Amino acid sequence: MAQITLKNLAHSYLPRPQGVQDYALKEMDHVWQDGGAYALLGSSGCGKTTLLNIISGLLRPSHGRVLFGDHDVTDAATAARNIAQVFQFPVVYDTMTVRENLAFPLRNRGKDPGYIRDRVAQIGRIIGMEEMLNRKAQGLTADAKQKISLGRGMVREDVNAILFDEPLTVIDPHMKWELRTQLKQLHREFGHTMIYVTHDQTEALTFADKVVVMYDGRVVQMGTPQDLFETPAHTFVGYFIGSPGMNFLPARVLGNRATLDDGAQVDLGAEYAAVDGQIGIRPEHVTLTESGGLPVTIRRVEDVGRHRLVRAEMQGRPLNIVVPEGTAVAAQPQVRFTPARINVYADDWRVTPRGA
Amino acid sequence: MDKTQNNKAWFLVLPVLVVVAFSAVIPLMTVVNYAVNDTFGNNSFFLAGLEWFDEMVHSERLHGALGRQAMFSAIILAIEVPLGIFVALNMPKRGVWSSFVLVVMALPLLIPFNVVGTIWQIFGRVDIGLLGRTLEALGLDYNYTNDPVDAWITVVVMDVWHWTSLVALLCYAGLQSIPQAYYQAARIDQASRWAVFRYIELPKMRGVLLIAVLLRFMDSFMIYTEPFVVTGGGPGNSTTFLSIDLVKMAVGQFDLGPAAAFSLMYFLVILLVSWVFYTVMTNLDKADTGRGEGQ
Repeated sequence: MAQITLKNLAHSYLPRPQGVQDYALKEMDHVWQDGGAYALLGSSGCGKTTLLNIISGLLRPSHGRVLFGDHDVTDAATAARNIAQVFQFPVVYDTMTVRENLAFPLRNRGKDPGYIRDRVAQIGRIIGMEEMLNRKAQGLTADAKQKISLGRGMVREDVNAILFDEPLTVIDPHMKWELRTQLKQLHREFGHTMIYVTHDQTEALTFADKVVVMYDGRVVQMGTPQDLFETPAHTFVGYFIGSPGMNFLPARVLGNRATLDDGAQVDLGAEYAAVDGQIGIRPEHVTLTESGGLPVTIRRVEDVGRHRLVRAEMQGRPLNIVVPEGTAVAAQPQVRFTPARINVYADDWRVTPRGA
Repeated sequence: MDKTQNNKAWFLVLPVLVVVAFSAVIPLMTVVNYAVNDTFGNNSFFLAGLEWFDEMVHSERLHGALGRQAMFSAIILAIEVPLGIFVALNMPKRGVWSSFVLVVMALPLLIPFNVVGTIWQIFGRVDIGLLGRTLEALGLDYNYTNDPVDAWITVVVMDVWHWTSLVALLCYAGLQSIPQAYYQAARIDQASRWAVFRYIELPKMRGVLLIAVLLRFMDSFMIYTEPFVVTGGGPGNSTTFLSIDLVKMAVGQFDLGPAAAFSLMYFLVILLVSWVFYTVMTNLDKADTGRGEGQ
């Protein structure tokens, strides 16, 4: 087990990258703490898998170093890094039994047969495949095969980290929940550093202590689910986390006031230097009133169970509002923003208020 | 609802029936006819029953040819299959080189059989052939026209040269279908090169290997042109395989009765061996999956 440090790391798949646009991973500096449960979240093609493969050593980065603890492993082979990785699609050794599959990584490292037997039995129990240990892996369902892959990832106790690359894509929804819970429990039990790649925010937020959001080859924010929700560091985080995502309105900000395009004034919860950018507010922090706010046009109301989702338009821009169940929507609706919940963005990055 | 029966539709099948009968059934039946008849000339035949079959089954000559044939097929399978796998494993997987190598590999397969025979016939000649002269210059006593062992080596090497590409290309296709994640997982599991081959590559190549072995078996068991051109079945009878012997008997000696009986048995042997091959291989497959799903 070790802390993972990425130093000035960048990667391009081209042999001679010309500029920043040729990089799949832009330069980054990050420390992943020992024993943390991280989720790597981002849309497809943002560099998640590239980063994962660099950590596991399947790819060598074009620039920068990877450190496990104080040990530089940038040039170390995958096997030498002692990492476990579970892939998006199940990888099982068809001609082996489930038991042999689980034992394979241990056997290759020359572990004691008695230890292997006990450990495989234990893992078999954890992934709920005790009954099937003597079956051939060939012909099992995709679910079962992926469980074997997960089991193979967890079978070694001394790994530096376990990496999961969207491991639950092929699993049934109810099984997904169960397996995620088990992973979480395993994390608590053994304290391995776990990095879990996904593009599903629910999966990321329920699994991880810290969520790492990637966008266009950059880590745009690394924080707790709460941080991501309350103070998204980048407009992408605001848009990507939450359902629906954050509302953004172009505005000029000075002091504790923002001026929208049509001259309307919005109160802010903090003091800012002069900024020409956007203000962002979560749909949960927008209130629908009859008077004393800014006028909006309502396009659609969606009932999603515990609350209603109002799709409105303000100055020609979409604005989503979460309204408690049972609230009547006024004939000439207006909205009010909770000042403390407004974030200010310049060039898509969050501006920290004065004195914060 | 009952389907409408219209038996007139059968008439539409008639043309196919006629063509097939003309091209396959009638010629085959002619052979069957020869196999059960004898003649003393004058185009008058009388029924010989299973006499020819009986004679052929006990014929030393046929036993010899069958033995040589089985040995030939066994040797070339034992060489071409492992060699083909080895070549496939070492072929470049992508890039310009892979296309180049593919084309080069496919070349021997495109050469007509008798041309291959002629190439090797000349190549191995001690007086003018590159191979023959070189071996002689190296002080090796090589002469495929005198020495049965040299003749065998020449015929086997020629077949390996001609057909290993087929096995290699089939295996290459099998290898290309393995997702990259398997190799990555193996690296993470710290599998040795041998383990990768044994547990990932070989299982994935099984289907194509079955086809390769079947094709190579059938083809080599029926081989005629190449050894006929190179050695003509000699020296003596040492490279006289079943087809060569059959042609000698049917066309050379004009023993149509025994030759017909011979060819029918020949056909049945190939059919039988191929069937056994196929059944065993597919059952192995089923047994594996069956154990998975059965419990």
